[in-house]
Amino acid sequence: MWEFVNFYFIPGLVLGCIYALGALGISLTFGILRFANFAHGEIMMLGAYFTFTIMGLTGWHPLVAALPSMALAALLMLYLDRQFFRPFRDSPTIMLVIASFGLMLMIRSAVWVFYGTQSKPLLRGFQRPTQYLDGAIQFPDKHLWIFLTTIVIMLAIWYLLTRTKIGKAMRAVSDSPELAKLTGIPVETVIRATWIVAACSAVAAGVLLAIDSQLDSLMGFKMLLPMFASAILGGIGRPFGAVLGGLVIGVAEELSAYPWIGVEPLLNPAYKTGMAFAIMVVMLIWRPSGLFKGRVF
Amino acid sequence: MEELAGYGNYIVSSLLTMGGIYAILTLGLNIQWGFTGLFNAGIAGFIAVGAYVFAILTKGPAAEHLGGYDLPLPLGAIAAMIVAAIIAWAIGKICIRLRSDYLAIATIGIAEILRLILKNETWATNGPRGISGVDKAFEWLPRPWGDIAFMVTILLTVLVIYLLLERAWRSPWGRLTTAIRDNEDSARAAGKDVETFRLQSFVIGAAIMGLAGAYLAQVQKFIGPDSTDPTTTTFLAWVMLIAGGSGNNRGAVLGAFLLWTVWSATQIVTGWLPQEIIVFGHPIENVPVRSTYLRIFLIGLVLQIVLQRYSAGILPETRPAVAGKSGKTGLEPGRTT
Repeated sequence: MWEFVNFYFIPGLVLGCIYALGALGISLTFGILRFANFAHGEIMMLGAYFTFTIMGLTGWHPLVAALPSMALAALLMLYLDRQFFRPFRDSPTIMLVIASFGLMLMIRSAVWVFYGTQSKPLLRGFQRPTQYLDGAIQFPDKHLWIFLTTIVIMLAIWYLLTRTKIGKAMRAVSDSPELAKLTGIPVETVIRATWIVAACSAVAAGVLLAIDSQLDSLMGFKMLLPMFASAILGGIGRPFGAVLGGLVIGVAEELSAYPWIGVEPLLNPAYKTGMAFAIMVVMLIWRPSGLFKGRVF
Repeated sequence: MEELAGYGNYIVSSLLTMGGIYAILTLGLNIQWGFTGLFNAGIAGFIAVGAYVFAILTKGPAAEHLGGYDLPLPLGAIAAMIVAAIIAWAIGKICIRLRSDYLAIATIGIAEILRLILKNETWATNGPRGISGVDKAFEWLPRPWGDIAFMVTILLTVLVIYLLLERAWRSPWGRLTTAIRDNEDSARAAGKDVETFRLQSFVIGAAIMGLAGAYLAQVQKFIGPDSTDPTTTTFLAWVMLIAGGSGNNRGAVLGAFLLWTVWSATQIVTGWLPQEIIVFGHPIENVPVRSTYLRIFLIGLVLQIVLQRYSAGILPETRPAVAGKSGKTGLEPGRTT
């Protein structure tokens, strides 16, 4: 029983938190800019590399070093939007998908030029799990940081979207861009705000993933499929649906390796990503609008 | 004389052979994107399927992986096309009715899943070590002639596919797919079954990509789950099509050969670079490797520039339906939702 919690459920929640943070940005940009942003995973990865560099320069803790990297990534994202996405605002959205696809490869190859392809640890040394409830539940401190960071960021984004003017404007544009424009909402400002939120949450997801495992130039690409699956499961344009979707898919991926029948893992752990894909396919067939009645384009 | 032979070998076995394989790939993509406006982000997955099916069916017996069927090579190539088509049919059936974004996500997903399967089902594919010693057509011919005959086979394949696609482009089928691409709603209003035609175009394109995979396995004589970087291959095909002119079969072929020449020539140049250079007093190590990655970056930049400035490509699309008048560019399908 406790083995199940410690080795399957808690790691699933950790993974789910990371997916949730990533999927949140994808769902927001999909809802507001109306295209699937393939470069989102690479922003995650790039943010983690920024953090790595800042840690090397200052010796700060990764979660502290993540703050300036968020600012850097947000600035970069605004620049990339101006250069590569804004020219296509009035074009069919598939052009934006192609542009983001190109951006994905550009960001990754830029990281390869500067950092190489070798993966590196963000945190050195092995962390012994801390014990709770007389040793029944145990997980390393880094998992606690991941939970807490995710909760803090979620609360901040929830506040932004429901209590501030710009957040309400973002939701309005997501619901109907034409109507929002007619009521005088500055759509370009909303788009910029969306990129900033997406970049910051992506960097958070990237840094947490690098803390949990390690820094790897392909980590963003590997996250892309589960993040899209989470966004679709929750409903496109429903940020909190995406969060729930991320948690469900993270837990489902880890639980798929649990020996439910007999002693062998139910699904070879190498196929964990397959779980996300399977969930996505089921949603696309059964209910493309997701659990929370998101948009279908 | 020796040097001349070296150049000849480069032209035959790289420029024309690999260029031809990319031309096949780009023509397959042209059906999907240029004709019908379907975004396929998992081209590498269909190549891999074609390559593995071909290798397993045509190789002699081997202990490490499934195989030993020793089928004739053309049969292997046909099987490669069929399996790629079946996978495309399944994935298309699920998301062809949704907007292109979903197809893009699903194709990138299926490519990743296929890679996982090829890597982990060791009994069938020899896992990460891959399948080596793949049979190549005309290998029994003496040294230069085998390569030349193989190259001619590929170029003939390009020609045949090109002629078939030209025929399709001018046929009612081709006119209908472009109608769906440009205005789905009016095609539907005219009583056309949009989903079926889209699915057909996606499946045919994927089958052609599977054939390109079968040829690729022969050129490399080896196929492994990571033997080609999936994103770079997928991406090259896209840049080739868009730069050459999507919706124009001649443009697709031209773009493939042109970009492949630039791509492979720059690869040679990066090999000449010194290991270490000093820039402003800072030593930069691993220069050849780094410049290889820089090359990928630049090809991405080329795509962005072409997309924004020259979206019609080198040879823009011409519409047979309105002879004499050049149509809109293939890149701007007028779907608004």
